[in-house]
Amino acid sequence: MRGGLWLSETGGILRTWLLTKAWLLPLLLILGFAFSFAIPYYGLLDPYVQLILMYIGINIILALSLNLVNGYMGEFSVGHAGFMSIGAYISSILTVKVFSASSAAWLFPVAVIAGGAGAALLGLLVAIPSFRTRGDYLAIVTLAFNMIVKSVLENIDAVGGARGFLGMSKLTTLPLVFCWTVLSVWLIRNFIYSNYGRGVLAIREDEIAGELMSVNTRQVKLLAFTISSFFAGVAGGLFAHVLQFINPRMFDIVKSTDMLIMVYLGGIGSIGGSILGATIYTFLLEILRPLGIWRMVIMPLTLVLLMIFRPRGIMGLREFAWFLPKTARTNRLAQLRKEGEEWRS
Amino acid sequence: MIYFLQQALNALQLGSIYALIALGYTMVYGILTMINFAHGDFFMVGAFICFVVVTFLQLPFLPALILSMAGVTILGVIVERIAYKPLRQAPRVSAIITALGVGIFLENFTLALNPYPKHIPALIANLNWTFGGLTISSLQCTIVVLSVVLMIVLHLIVKYTKVGMAMRAISWDKNVVPLMGVPVNTVISITFAIGSGLGGAAGMMYGMAYPVIDPYMGIMVGWKAFISAVVGGIGNIRGAMVGGYILGATEIMVAAFFPSTYRDFVAFSLLIVLLIFRPYGIFGKPRIQKV
Repeated sequence: MRGGLWLSETGGILRTWLLTKAWLLPLLLILGFAFSFAIPYYGLLDPYVQLILMYIGINIILALSLNLVNGYMGEFSVGHAGFMSIGAYISSILTVKVFSASSAAWLFPVAVIAGGAGAALLGLLVAIPSFRTRGDYLAIVTLAFNMIVKSVLENIDAVGGARGFLGMSKLTTLPLVFCWTVLSVWLIRNFIYSNYGRGVLAIREDEIAGELMSVNTRQVKLLAFTISSFFAGVAGGLFAHVLQFINPRMFDIVKSTDMLIMVYLGGIGSIGGSILGATIYTFLLEILRPLGIWRMVIMPLTLVLLMIFRPRGIMGLREFAWFLPKTARTNRLAQLRKEGEEWRS
Repeated sequence: MIYFLQQALNALQLGSIYALIALGYTMVYGILTMINFAHGDFFMVGAFICFVVVTFLQLPFLPALILSMAGVTILGVIVERIAYKPLRQAPRVSAIITALGVGIFLENFTLALNPYPKHIPALIANLNWTFGGLTISSLQCTIVVLSVVLMIVLHLIVKYTKVGMAMRAISWDKNVVPLMGVPVNTVISITFAIGSGLGGAAGMMYGMAYPVIDPYMGIMVGWKAFISAVVGGIGNIRGAMVGGYILGATEIMVAAFFPSTYRDFVAFSLLIVLLIFRPYGIFGKPRIQKV
């Protein structure tokens, strides 16, 4: 057992170190930002790897947005690809048809935000009838919503119908994806540790008890769902401008399933989990590409095994120290120190 | 009018298939309160077993039906034992995600084994009877009659056998029933067996009625059958049957009188509207939440 003890002790030391070194996070962010500029500029990595990095960033935003509803709030949305498609279409229409070619690059963030806002508005519309009862109700309504959006987009000829919509220039770049990802993580993290966020957690744990503690559950639910769909829309806007081509079939229930897998792989109710889940999932899919169709046999099998042996995903309900608020961090530190002293004595 | 009646017949045919699949969803939900998202893919496997059996073994209709149903039944029980049983105590969502995983696995495994869409050869003589302009094919007759027979058998099992009684008891109260000496795991396995068997039969009939089968066909049909189960009130067997026919009728009628691309849009909008007014479906009863 000596080895096990050593391992847990090093784990403790590492965690203590991370907890005390809060200044490391901004440093890493600045480094990451610098690299995200340097990589495309000096061609440090090949374009294919850069592309995958961008997908990872986009998937992190997607997984986080879904985690807010499915993980933190404990509801079950299965149609987030619908919101993603709204964001993708609105931002693409803006950059292609509304903005002039010269200004499109500068106004791209506006287009992405507009896409997110459109998705948020629809999210609110979906949420108002679906939170009337609890349980699987939201799952069914979001599922239907996903299919309705796909069906409607296929019938609008102005955006290409089933053939899809193209003509976007490649406006999504690595630094941009990096910024959006960091921004989304930061905003969602702050929301979760805000008063409203506590309300969201209360809904997951026990809605009735939450209501008795004067959480306005209906309002909090609507707010969380709207925010979640906003970020799904943002991810959709970024995604459309990486691929430069979108069609309604890309955003069907299969895409929603992908998002669900990322969230539950990483672990529900954990920002670190979503980041890990999205990264690992995207990465694994690329690594296994040489296997052809068999990779799509192995991936779900891995997921099933993971769910059987670790039903709460990789992170479970735990969280990276960096994302915890200050008081929780100091409490955790104190606890770790105490545990360390117990080991040593 | 003739056109309408003709479409009504088509609706009956599609509705029968939806109803059979919806029964699988609703039975599992009634007992485990779990949405078995792999069920649409059980349906697909049923069609493929039928294809294999008919093409390579040259079997006629009835043995093919029995083999398809038996094959999917075994698959359902195995999946339940391996993938769902260990998660009985886990959070509900883990089981749902596992079901999604099993579904994707089945789709892609089938795709890896045979990459091209397949066609099931005609199994029953193609006869057409005409009544005053209305044409009924032998295939339509077979599908509707067989589905109704299967549903009646299911109804008899649930209503008049001991296993059926145990099923109803478990869906009534999961915690007390084991104390009464009911072997819960066996009953759950039997439920999965029956539900998957019905799905397999539906798969075979779908393969006979519509020309092409491919590994992804279970996704859309499965989701739609799930929606019919919800429309009827999930967990309710009568509801699933009625819901299946309602959805089938809506889809066929929309496709008959509007551009067919609006089919899904109208079907799903109908679902949302219905759920706004009857959140628990047509036959569902609201569960009272106790504090």
